[in-house]
Amino acid sequence: MLLSTLVFGLVLGGSYALIAMGLSLQYGIARIMNLAYGEVMIGASFAAMLLFNVAGLSPLLSLVLLVPAGWAISWGIYQVMMRPLVARSGDTGRLEVDSILATFGLLFVVQGVLLVLFGGNFQSYSFLGQGVNVLGTQVALNRLIAFGLSVLIGGGLYLALTHSRWGLALRAVALSPGSAPLVGIEVNRVARAGFALGGALAVAGGVVLSMYQTFSATMGVIYTMKALVIVIMGGVGNLLGALIAGLLLGLIETFVSVYIDPGLTLAATYGLFLVILLWRPQGLFGGAK
Amino acid sequence: MIGSLIALAALALVACGPYILDAYGIGLLIGAVSYTILASAWAMFSGPTRYISLATVAFYGTGAYTVAVLSDALPWPLVLASAAVIGGVLALVVGLSTLRLAGIYFVIFSFGLAELIRQLITWFEVSVSGTLGRYIFLDLEPRHVLWQLLSLAAVVVLITGWIHRSRIGLALKVIGDDETVAAHAGINLARTKLILFVLSSVLITLVGAIQSPRWVYVEPGIVFNPQVSFLTVIMALLGGATHRWGPVLGAVPLFLLFEWLSARFPDHFSIILGLLFIGVVFLLPDGVLAAMQKLRKKKEAAA
Repeated sequence: MLLSTLVFGLVLGGSYALIAMGLSLQYGIARIMNLAYGEVMIGASFAAMLLFNVAGLSPLLSLVLLVPAGWAISWGIYQVMMRPLVARSGDTGRLEVDSILATFGLLFVVQGVLLVLFGGNFQSYSFLGQGVNVLGTQVALNRLIAFGLSVLIGGGLYLALTHSRWGLALRAVALSPGSAPLVGIEVNRVARAGFALGGALAVAGGVVLSMYQTFSATMGVIYTMKALVIVIMGGVGNLLGALIAGLLLGLIETFVSVYIDPGLTLAATYGLFLVILLWRPQGLFGGAK
Repeated sequence: MIGSLIALAALALVACGPYILDAYGIGLLIGAVSYTILASAWAMFSGPTRYISLATVAFYGTGAYTVAVLSDALPWPLVLASAAVIGGVLALVVGLSTLRLAGIYFVIFSFGLAELIRQLITWFEVSVSGTLGRYIFLDLEPRHVLWQLLSLAAVVVLITGWIHRSRIGLALKVIGDDETVAAHAGINLARTKLILFVLSSVLITLVGAIQSPRWVYVEPGIVFNPQVSFLTVIMALLGGATHRWGPVLGAVPLFLLFEWLSARFPDHFSIILGLLFIGVVFLLPDGVLAAMQKLRKKKEAAA
């Protein structure tokens, strides 16, 4: 019981970490607080289901198709919607409010489209559901694959950001958008790339999660909320922090749902958020400001 | 002062509505007045501070649900008082934990708050009290609901008038312009924001409570409809959240438009709403009134 809860929690936490990393990139680099993030993610879950049911495409293959599409769509959203807001706000700090409002509107648009297309019911599809023995407990193969993918994508991204010139530019803009142009970085282009990369991660997270979880058109808000809590917990812009915080949240949720009550998982998320706000608002791993 | 008097006269005029209109007309009046109060109460806090609250329905639903639970046990005025106290305490908890920090923490917290309360009540009803869904049997006709809402609206008019002229209103303006300056001027940032947030939340809770007899059957999924938060924000923004009469100007026409849209396009309502919302953020970032003032200034400058 304990061991299987631990394994399930880690699997869920891996997906959470992946989702939160994307949001962290969008907020950290592009300075856009994207409240429609969960909707993009759920949209990807539905797309994966559709590809699986209609075309018989394995989610692993649709991942290869959908992630670039997520990049492109987010790139477009930034270019069309966010760029004018960034240009309008200048240095006034107005961007935060404007981006929250604009993406709040976007949330309802995407959710409305999903509701029209797929209805309001919970959906899922059965992909590699057979059990595999892990440390003496039965775990469905799809969960293991999902966990492996989270580690692969999350770890790969972390290495790319810390060990490449491209990653260096992204981190420079995240750290100091004012000084980045002084060393020849085109902030607008990098911010757009950061936003697009975040969108690609949202799509990856949505596909991975859809392999083993049920989802519905109105669930995006909850995932945005969880991702936000993880980002705050790990420290804004801190990818490794988001990774650890994501695993932690997955574990806490799974333990609450197994040992206390499944209806209280969101309450557990919120409780955690409250503790972080009161105790360490700069994040578990951030320094004092 | 004159503005407040005109507003109160207008409210008195609306109060005569039930003697002329049919049931549908009264229903429209109730909706328009509730959204006017919601938008005004929202703007009372979020306008000057620019702390966007996405939790309107969390308080609104709390008010409605309080009535559903207590309406059998207590007389009506006490039920309303309990709703106000519960809404106030909830706002105090949210405010104390987030308003000392940067605005973004408040926004995030408010974003999921309605969903949290909805799930908590659902959990409580299913696993502790054993019933999901409650009935409200009260001897209140639509016109009584309308008159109570109008009294609440009068209170809102008086409160906003008072805020605009008092020290706390000035303090709030400074906070909205520049928090650092405000802190240096000796304004207690957290306390000022907290007072306003609690006040605004209590008003929103009361709207939910007063309106609830209209439902008869109440369930967490019905009273915590996220569209209420959404509509409130868009109305306040369209009129202009920093302008005193902005929310009223946004609420009434938009409510009628939404009423028509939701009947005409029930399936695509949320898409249209979202697009409209994005349009307002892009085209009228400070609301209609500010845009008109700007236009007038431009014309004067040209002439």
